[in-house]
Amino acid sequence: MPEPTGRSRRPRRYRPRPPARPGRGVGRRSAGVLAAVLALAVAGAACGGGSSRTGEAGDGPPGPRGRTVTLLTHDSFAVSPEVLRSFTEKSGIRVKVLRAGDAGSMVNQAVLTRERPLADALFGVDNTFLSRALDAGIFEPYRSPALARVPERFRLDPRHRVTPVDYGDVCVNADRRWFREHDLALPASLADLARPAYRDLLVVENPATSSPGLAFLLATVARFGGDRWLDWWERLRANGVKVVSGWEEAYSGEFSGSSGRGPRPLVVSYASSPTAEVTDDSTAPDETPTVALLSTCFRQIELAGVLEGARHPEAARELIDFLLSERFQADVPGRMYVYPVREGTPLPESFERYAPVPENPFTVSPARIGANREAWIEDWTRVMLR
Amino acid sequence: MTPARRALLLAAVPAAFVAVFFAYPVAAIVGRGLVPGGHPDLSALGRVVTDPRLRGIAWFTVAQAALSTALTLVLGLPGAHLLARVDVPGRSVLRALVVVPFVLPTMVVGTAFRSLFGPGAPMAALGLGSGVWAIVAAHVFFNHAVVVRTVGGLWAHLDPRQEEAARTLGAGRIRTFCSVTLPQLRPAIVSAASIVFLFCFTSFGIVLVLGGPRISTLETEIYRQTAELLNLRVAAALSVVQLVAVVAALAVGRRARGRREVTLALQPARRTARRPRGIVGWAATGAQAALVLALVVPPLVALVARSVQTPTGLGWDHYRALAGRGASSILFASPAAALAASLRNAVAATAVAVAVGGLAAVVLARRPGAAGGPAARRRGRAGLAALDTFLMLPLGVSAVTVGFGFLIALDRPPLDLRTSPALIPLAHALVAAPLVVRALVPVLESIDPHLREAAGTLGASPLRVWREVDLPIVARALLVGAGLAFAVSLGEFGATLFIARPDTVTLPVLIFRLLSQPGPEAFGQAMAASSILMVLTAGAMLLVERIRVGEVGAF
Repeated sequence: MPEPTGRSRRPRRYRPRPPARPGRGVGRRSAGVLAAVLALAVAGAACGGGSSRTGEAGDGPPGPRGRTVTLLTHDSFAVSPEVLRSFTEKSGIRVKVLRAGDAGSMVNQAVLTRERPLADALFGVDNTFLSRALDAGIFEPYRSPALARVPERFRLDPRHRVTPVDYGDVCVNADRRWFREHDLALPASLADLARPAYRDLLVVENPATSSPGLAFLLATVARFGGDRWLDWWERLRANGVKVVSGWEEAYSGEFSGSSGRGPRPLVVSYASSPTAEVTDDSTAPDETPTVALLSTCFRQIELAGVLEGARHPEAARELIDFLLSERFQADVPGRMYVYPVREGTPLPESFERYAPVPENPFTVSPARIGANREAWIEDWTRVMLR
Repeated sequence: MTPARRALLLAAVPAAFVAVFFAYPVAAIVGRGLVPGGHPDLSALGRVVTDPRLRGIAWFTVAQAALSTALTLVLGLPGAHLLARVDVPGRSVLRALVVVPFVLPTMVVGTAFRSLFGPGAPMAALGLGSGVWAIVAAHVFFNHAVVVRTVGGLWAHLDPRQEEAARTLGAGRIRTFCSVTLPQLRPAIVSAASIVFLFCFTSFGIVLVLGGPRISTLETEIYRQTAELLNLRVAAALSVVQLVAVVAALAVGRRARGRREVTLALQPARRTARRPRGIVGWAATGAQAALVLALVVPPLVALVARSVQTPTGLGWDHYRALAGRGASSILFASPAAALAASLRNAVAATAVAVAVGGLAAVVLARRPGAAGGPAARRRGRAGLAALDTFLMLPLGVSAVTVGFGFLIALDRPPLDLRTSPALIPLAHALVAAPLVVRALVPVLESIDPHLREAAGTLGASPLRVWREVDLPIVARALLVGAGLAFAVSLGEFGATLFIARPDTVTLPVLIFRLLSQPGPEAFGQAMAASSILMVLTAGAMLLVERIRVGEVGAF
């Protein structure tokens, strides 16, 4: 084995040859060779990078008529692959899914790219961000025939620029066992949460960084009114509420009723969350490990729309129809933990049994949310975090 | 062609890469904020500079990054020494292990820290569950690998005879370290420090998850202003502040690094590593190993422990359930498919990063204007400094800014990449290329040009000179850089989280989706998937350790 380097490298390994052409530093030339090798690698990598395929189920070979529709959506969008495939088989339209972060980030990306839209259709804008999307004019009106099966209360835009697809409720969840062990009644209302009996028990998400956090803020605005809701939060702060950045930290980290076995038995989550904590199907509905407090809920409605300037508007309209079809609607609860808007859609048994829909959830109109969202978050931040 | 021209030509590839995929998108989005509707409006910039809250955020960002960097260096150097210079059994396993934290998605690191230090956890008393110290501790855990690998990459080749000479002449261990070893290591230490600083400066997930809602940094504030509020004017102003801070930090780093005027007689690693001698030697080695293990292992163990916790005791249930998540699952991607997608992205990103970073390193390690006068030398140095800073910028600019910049800049042919699967590896390569540069430059600079000249005089062809002189010396550093680049991509760092991305389910995306679902099963499976990612990384790094390319085997 030759000594690879160091000043002591012995020269006799080299076959004598005439020295390199004068004026060309050998070191530089070797650098040039290295450069050539690396340039080849760039070219190769660029080709390799382009060939990596996406893993989306509906992203198979194009359908018989070879059309493609691009759907811009948020990170929580999910659908069973066979359901998506049934759409491609029936319509000949292949669905390409683009994900753009959470709902707020997705809407902002759509607004930013209005001139040259990223996609043909958008799914996942909710009532808390709807007015920004509508004000920016990113949607083209489309009235789906399937809308006839959707109750009036979900139709948020009379001009049909957006079509409701699903809804869910953000509610305070409670750890039943903890309350049983401490011989304490479950809180019956939002007002209860600020009472001394429930001191240091609740964890909430920051509305500036979390969608359920924002929904819960809106529930309190709806409940206590635009002039008194902050007083309630001041009392809640004095009562030892904990604020974390996101749902995952709150639910899996701080909440005592879930996997993290944290210290707090009350958390802001979803009305459907208790279904996930049931491990034994024979559990009675009033014995679930956790329970959503149905008097504390804010309703979120998720909508879809055809993007203005879409390259395939016709295919996008067919996709909107599909989102309201029986098949897709029946798939919604099991995949996204939300409820279908289409009347008469069968729910999975776990939803029927363990996730009752709150009868009178709080709501705030999209226009009012749009006009006040930033100011409310700013006020909340001032009271709660500074 | 003159050497300077040739250097320009070489520099063109990496410079063009960064210009197209970084500078142009960032300029587009910042421009839209500062020049709304074609009229320059710098009032937002003035507001940002004078608003006490935003000023506080800027200072805090710099302070936490500086503190994190200092601690990472102090705690990382013993590990670098151990893994570079001490010949102990199990060294390559330990070397692979230290890289594992580097690939863990930040949400997973947050979970691991919470289950160690959070309320009710075994080490809750340390107070690292949330707040400033939690952020700093997580940064140290995360970036430890950069120091160990980058500094270790040079340390492994320093000639031990110089230290021995100093000792023979009566210098103590500490004096020898301070006046012989440390000056030789300085370029690598500063290289590692600048990378760690930039990672901490733009850290997003850790600040959000562990910092709690009261703590903001420039990065989280830019995210809020851009992604949540779409307030591009304030976001652009904050981005300008961020850019200025990064350029200043890099200038400080360059001054501290200095330029190596003396080349080093680098030695093969197998000759520099020594067995510990005597009780003191073994005790020191044991202490170093204990430090490395204490820094890296507890959070990893916490994750694995939670992945085998089931409602009915310990078991592999979550792994089995994860494997069972086939085509019809909620995630519609099996772990195997996610793994394959991750590997494909990582290989492509590493190839681009090695090519771009390698070319840049060759240029940056030059001695400018050797033939010209002092003026040419000055010009050459200024050019190199500018190139160096330019290539490092992607580490120091908000991923949200880059991601949103992609949306409005790369939106028409031939660069309509917004929905292309190539976008993800390209974005990863932007972050990974500086790691390759930082790993290569300190070593390349140390090569005595006389070696190459001697080989050439003796008749070696340029290719042969490169193969026999440069390659053996830089091969180890190149592998280190490539390994870190691979890890960066595998862990889905920064940039790509904020891009509208084709629906490729990679392993980190799978973990992210599992973590955002309620229920003990999803959580357990997220931990299982994280454990798989850890084992995979350790395995890949171990494989890199064993790569021997011809004579490279000597190193």
